[in-house]
Amino acid sequence: MAVRRLAAEQPKSFSFNKKNEEWAKKQIAKYPEGRQASAVIPLLWQAQKQAGGWLPEVAMRHVADMLGMAHIRVLEVATFYTMFNLEPVGEHFIQVCGTTPCALRGAEDLIKVCKKRIGEQREVSKDGKFSWLEVECLGACVNAPMVQINDDYYEDLTPELLNKLMDNLASGKKVKVGPQVDRQYSAPSGGLTTLKGEEK
Amino acid sequence: MLADKDRIFQNLYGVHDWGLKGAMKRGAWDGTKSLITKGRDWIINEMKASGLRGRGGAGFPTGLKWSFMPKESTDGRPSYLVVNADESEPGTCKDREIMRHDPHLLIEGCLIAGFAMNAHVGYIYVRGEYIHERERMEAAIEQAYEAGLLGKKNKCGWDFDLYVHHGAGAYICGEETALLESLEGKKGMPRLKPPFPANVGLYGCPTTVNNVESIAVAPDILRRGAGWFASFGRPNNAGTKLFCVSGHVNQPCNVEEAMSIPFRELIDKHCGGIRGGWDNLLACIPGGSSVPIVPAAQIIDCPMDFDALKELRSGLGTAAVIVMDKSTDVVRAIARISYFYKHESCGQCTPCREGTGWMWRVLTRMAEGRAQKKEIDLLLDVAGQVEGHTICALGDAAAWPVQGLIRHFRHEIEKRIDDYAANPHSDSVLVAAE
Repeated sequence: MAVRRLAAEQPKSFSFNKKNEEWAKKQIAKYPEGRQASAVIPLLWQAQKQAGGWLPEVAMRHVADMLGMAHIRVLEVATFYTMFNLEPVGEHFIQVCGTTPCALRGAEDLIKVCKKRIGEQREVSKDGKFSWLEVECLGACVNAPMVQINDDYYEDLTPELLNKLMDNLASGKKVKVGPQVDRQYSAPSGGLTTLKGEEK
Repeated sequence: MLADKDRIFQNLYGVHDWGLKGAMKRGAWDGTKSLITKGRDWIINEMKASGLRGRGGAGFPTGLKWSFMPKESTDGRPSYLVVNADESEPGTCKDREIMRHDPHLLIEGCLIAGFAMNAHVGYIYVRGEYIHERERMEAAIEQAYEAGLLGKKNKCGWDFDLYVHHGAGAYICGEETALLESLEGKKGMPRLKPPFPANVGLYGCPTTVNNVESIAVAPDILRRGAGWFASFGRPNNAGTKLFCVSGHVNQPCNVEEAMSIPFRELIDKHCGGIRGGWDNLLACIPGGSSVPIVPAAQIIDCPMDFDALKELRSGLGTAAVIVMDKSTDVVRAIARISYFYKHESCGQCTPCREGTGWMWRVLTRMAEGRAQKKEIDLLLDVAGQVEGHTICALGDAAAWPVQGLIRHFRHEIEKRIDDYAANPHSDSVLVAAE
């Protein structure tokens, strides 16, 4: 379990924009009549996206009202699930996987890079571009070590590659998502050992 | 080595088109209707005969699980199929490949499994971090709807609606009842069993929760026959399996292989061997972080399957093979796993909520040597008290790696303690538990 508290400074208001409002209705329709609470995680996630990467308390209240849920139930959900950021994050929010499979292949060196360039965990850099967090297994273990930046996975990293990636992100250059070395997704880096033939 | 023609996941590496057209070219959605025409009992019997054991970690026979569902609804409650795509066990990254590169195998499997358990609605619960994989699944489902393969009055002859749902970063939601709680819009806290989900599951209705891989292999098993699938692997450990090999091998990768492939062959054929050669192998965690570690000498020639690894007092789990060479600080590696369980404990049961943090703190000290030798037995004792005393298996999963470490590497911990004691430190005050 992790201690998770709401940020001290909170915006005054939040409501979904038109597009997200429409989207939310479609999400709610996935679940049977009277079970609209099922949509709470997808809606909170969309609210977090709209609010700039973190989830203010007013957004939780807004979602609760939309779904006819008690506010406390939504607060419970928002504090239980760790992908909801309860305080502001940088424009590029770096989540470094620190669990054993990544640690075995050098995740600690990636953490050092983040510490050096950004500061402590959860601290947003002065220019607002970056913040970082050590997270638990992100499920890309054969491409370790890796980080998730906003929606994208960047895999097979080294400190040098991460530094370069951050330079490119900071200057707004286009970056390659996925493995950062010459490799076909999760295939062996030396070349395929199976499925070498043409499609049957 | 398994021949390419016998591999189910022909697009494991995303070389080809993931879409409906590409998937059909590879054989997906071929004769789905005729499989359904053969009837529910035939499907369940084939699944049982194939010997498929659930690929989510516990290895429960999939056909048997399907047979627990009510044949027809006597009280008006619908049945649900829920696919567990909350892949978060450290070391495991196979379902991700299925979802992003071969999503139609999963969708077709959902329809067939839905038919076999009399469910007209299915939900796929994808872990929150897999954002692109989720979008890929949604796109593939849309293709299937457009082609008339899903939905009401579809070409396959079984009305079936399939939805993608997602979580938000809680490992515990991989536990089936926690997943159902989460899907209902609550905190992911596991439920007491019984009642089992097959009686009271999602929204209080009969529900079966299956792993992605278990569902995705079903159509091919039915098409090619139970005998084909059962011909791979040793008895009771049938089939092909996706292995995720991570850690200190030269080329970590995902690969589909026959069950019971010896560890050495798996590593040599697909992963370019152990980093620094076979003499450099220290140990291996053969089935994801929750199974106990196995030292090099025992694992090297072990067949990778449920029963052989159980004999080594470990397990196949999700077949996430985490390899450690001799450069590994094994105590720290396990301490990091303990931290993972501390972080992911849902907090519902006291032994797990308190025990996971306690074990992590003690192991962290032991990794530095800042401990007493009698604490090793105390740690083992506490691990034993967490194991089996919680609602779900997270308590067990937190205890097993610690027990495995002490079983095989007690000498290493003792050596650390001796080394530490031999060198005076100024900051040797023990920190009290929080």
